[in-house]
Amino acid sequence: MDNVNLNEEGYLTDFSQWSKEVAEKIAAENEISLTDKHWEVVDFLQKKHNNEEALSIRGIKKSGVINIKEFYDLFPGGPLKISTKIAGIPKPKSCI
Amino acid sequence: MPKSNVKKMLFILSKATIENVYAAFIMANGARMEGIEAEIFFTFFGLEAIQKKKLEHLHVATVGNPAMHMPTMLGGLPGMEALATKMMKKEMEKLDMPPIGEFLEILSDSGCKLWACKLAVEMFHLEEKDLIDDLDGILTIGDFYSRATEDNTQMLFV
Repeated sequence: MDNVNLNEEGYLTDFSQWSKEVAEKIAAENEISLTDKHWEVVDFLQKKHNNEEALSIRGIKKSGVINIKEFYDLFPGGPLKISTKIAGIPKPKSCI
Repeated sequence: MPKSNVKKMLFILSKATIENVYAAFIMANGARMEGIEAEIFFTFFGLEAIQKKKLEHLHVATVGNPAMHMPTMLGGLPGMEALATKMMKKEMEKLDMPPIGEFLEILSDSGCKLWACKLAVEMFHLEEKDLIDDLDGILTIGDFYSRATEDNTQMLFV
């Protein structure tokens, strides 16, 4: 991806460089093609991040947007790590 | 960060003290969050963590636990365990750590398999109805070993 700065783990370092096209490219690298439900989750994660609320799997359970099973289905192989990467926000630091 | 080579984590939980149960749960959940498979085998006192009537009443060990930094005899006084447990639960809530029942739901929904040990179930005269609905089954230790179906599986005793 040109003109986008990523850290060594592939997360955007500057959210202003995020766009839907960037999200789609990161998703494709993780073998995910984004559906409406994915976008809903991305939107939820970005809002949480903007409100400086910590992200956790428990937060996903309470989100009202998606349940944990769907979350694992939509973003296989480490759902919170991959979904935050697609959303252009930092990797969550929580152990839960 | 390089990708982990661990593909699957198998946990044996044999204790019912809160600190041990949470350790196992956090490690199992952490594995799933990293895309690593996880399963927990509840045996002996660990079975308390999956008994409907007991799982929300687990305690911190105040006796025989040097990290409590109190004389062992004090830790044995009535109410001491309950007090220490209450304090610990308060701290855990601050970190958004779910209570045991909710944590089990999260683990199950995350695809972590939950198994009860057949021998221990028989020893404590338990029936399936005493155990959580999310339980995946009752296994022998041999059955549990056979869950290690792929390379780079690790087994951990808690």
